[in-house]
Amino acid sequence: MKPYMKFGLVIGVVIATLAWLAVGGVKETSTYYKTVAELQQMGDKAQGKRLRVGGDVVKGSIQRNGKEVSFHLVQQEGASKGQMLKVTYTGSDPLPDTFRDDAQALADGHLNPDGTFNANKIQAKCASKYEAKPGQIKPGTEPTYNRSKPGRS
Amino acid sequence: MENLGALSLLLAFSVAIFALFSSVVGAWRKNLFLIAAAQRSVYLVWLLISTASGILLYGLIEGDFRLQYVALHSNKTMPLMYKITAWWGGQEGSLLFWSWILSCYAAVVVFTNRKHYKTMMPYVIAVIMVTQVFFLVLNNFVVPPFNVWAIGRGIIALPDGQGLNPLLQTPSMAIHPPMLYLGYVGFIVPFAFAIASLITKQPGDEWIHTTRRWTLVTWLFQSVGITLGMGWAYYVLGWGGYWAWDPVENASVLPWITATAFLHSVMMQEKKGMMKVWNMVLVSATFFLCIFGTMLTRSGLVQSVHAFGISSIGNYFATFLAIGIAATIWLILDRLEFLKSESHLESVVSRESGFLFNNLVLLASCFAVLWGTLFPVISEAVTGEKISVDAPFFNKVNIPIGLFLLFLTGVGPLVAWRRSSVESLKRNFLWPTVSMFVTIAALFGAGIRSEYALLSFGLCMFVTVTISSEFVKGAIAIAGKDKMNPLLAIVELTHRNTRRYGGYLVHMGIVVMFIGFTGAAFNKDMIHEAALGQSFNIGRYELKITDLKDGENDNYAWMKAAIDVYVGGEKIDTLSPERRIYKASRQPASEVAIRRRLNEDLFLNFAAMATQGQGAVIQAYVFPLVSWIWVGFFVVLFGTLVCLIPSKIKYSYARTEIVGSVSAASKGQVHAKT
Repeated sequence: MKPYMKFGLVIGVVIATLAWLAVGGVKETSTYYKTVAELQQMGDKAQGKRLRVGGDVVKGSIQRNGKEVSFHLVQQEGASKGQMLKVTYTGSDPLPDTFRDDAQALADGHLNPDGTFNANKIQAKCASKYEAKPGQIKPGTEPTYNRSKPGRS
Repeated sequence: MENLGALSLLLAFSVAIFALFSSVVGAWRKNLFLIAAAQRSVYLVWLLISTASGILLYGLIEGDFRLQYVALHSNKTMPLMYKITAWWGGQEGSLLFWSWILSCYAAVVVFTNRKHYKTMMPYVIAVIMVTQVFFLVLNNFVVPPFNVWAIGRGIIALPDGQGLNPLLQTPSMAIHPPMLYLGYVGFIVPFAFAIASLITKQPGDEWIHTTRRWTLVTWLFQSVGITLGMGWAYYVLGWGGYWAWDPVENASVLPWITATAFLHSVMMQEKKGMMKVWNMVLVSATFFLCIFGTMLTRSGLVQSVHAFGISSIGNYFATFLAIGIAATIWLILDRLEFLKSESHLESVVSRESGFLFNNLVLLASCFAVLWGTLFPVISEAVTGEKISVDAPFFNKVNIPIGLFLLFLTGVGPLVAWRRSSVESLKRNFLWPTVSMFVTIAALFGAGIRSEYALLSFGLCMFVTVTISSEFVKGAIAIAGKDKMNPLLAIVELTHRNTRRYGGYLVHMGIVVMFIGFTGAAFNKDMIHEAALGQSFNIGRYELKITDLKDGENDNYAWMKAAIDVYVGGEKIDTLSPERRIYKASRQPASEVAIRRRLNEDLFLNFAAMATQGQGAVIQAYVFPLVSWIWVGFFVVLFGTLVCLIPSKIKYSYARTEIVGSVSAASKGQVHAKT
């Protein structure tokens, strides 16, 4: 059984090292995911935390000012629909092409004391590729949308 | 037409159910007619799904805008190629595509094995058909592709469709998804063989050869698919470079990792009769991870830039996974006796243990990636707060794992099976280790200080020396014996044992890719607002904006900059990054300009026109060594193809315990086997 003991030992060391790395990684990078409304509810607790805020980009709000880009995110669902958050993007990655008016965007960064948000990473997806949720089909649907069963139509 | 399509899908569903039952009952009752009927049903299912797919394709190409799917994913002006790719551009179509590929695999498996594995095949068919039925349930009842627009009871047609998202209108769209699907779906075959061998308590390992080849082929498709995706994401903005640890990317790499582990540990089973349970687990895990990946991209379970919309199909997948995994675990536990290992590990320094650690860290990596991907879901369930982890987490865990794997890649060929003597270790390790330290010292002298980068380059050299010496040693032996030109001898050597030397080539490709990945440690970026005629610097490049233009055509409006690139005062290139805004969808699209070279890529993006005056905001990046990733990939591709060529000399896999009875046979093939 001796080789098996050795194996156990080596395996133990490998797994322990990886677990240690993983725990460290989680601690360093964990980011709280919040919607615009949830962020505003957090109040002061939001200060100093890594945050990822999700919302829709307000139409016409994207402004580029030299190296910075600022825009407004708006809460799209729920009771506090319409709450807004001003975001300033200062990261070095190019902005995604999907980032535009009305896109759903995720901004990573932290909350400034004045209530605006400083983002260093933006992810976005636009509604057109990623289809509508079931039961709310959209595209300029002049004909009232009516899902008819296949085979019967 | 759409009625016919829907009808074929419904018929395919019924026929698949029939194939499932008739193969199981046929095997049970030993009724050859039922088994033959099941086999023919498999072909029929293929025919029916092909018909349905053909009708959908016809609709997409001809622009039948009565169909919702066509109206949402195609339009009149798209080029033919993108009309075809619209087949997998949306939820309904891509699931039909999944089903169709599955039915193709089923037909090929049944056809190629029609004279083999008489007892196993019915169960292979059954396993594939269960999956087929599941996907046909989705195609028929959950996300049917043939829905039409209607007002009341009257069908109406839209004047034109929405078209495919401009971001998807690139040639990659035509080949990346099909490759990935071929990989995803293909893992059903090894899984079906594994399950069937368990059910029938298959003696011998013949089936494992079939399985290994299938795994290699699907692994290759998966690798091609993933790498094409990396290449695509590299030049499309917003997908975070070639790898961003996005959930969907992770989903595609998870089964790839377990399949890689399987391809290694299966050698232990062939050669030593060990790790049989483990291999079963790996094959099953790979298959279920494929299904899981498909679910992840479609259910809206996690946030991703690549995912399809939120939909209810997640529950169907979850049910299928739960039942499938439970049944597999039960089956493996029930057959544990039959999966007993035939030999034992003898020493920590042996090739066996190399494979063992290879598997251990691959699985650890798989687990870490899975954990990180599902972290938002898990944390929400446990703490009620959605917490996500980011790229740094994945890098922190996976970089050491990758380096350890690289190390094992080099060590593997140097240690013997069973145990290695200290003497042989000293002899074998001397030169690779020396060259590793020389490399590290030289790079340190050249000013590189990143520990990971130094270690990575050092290990790359270590592995290169090991692999080259394997080729050289073998080639010299052959050249000496057969009086052959040494270069020809290398070809001859490879041909004699394609698996072994093809495998080395794959490893060499991985080394080259690692060099490319390591380049990321030296990335430079810079964002600059420059006026016309003004210049700025990044790295050794001096960039000067010489021209700014804008304009528009029917499809989009565009802005373009011409940028001269100088190195040391000398003009070497002119790049013109462009920004487009598509009119129909108001979608911006960046046409980045990349100057690709082996040492580094210069990557320019036109971010916007300047806020004041004549100028532009230009983002410039220098990505060292990125091209090595693509070069390395072609080496991997070539090596895998070599592995698939049958060896000139057939090696029988002698098991260590029965050395006495086969020693005579193996003497003729002294050449070491992998």
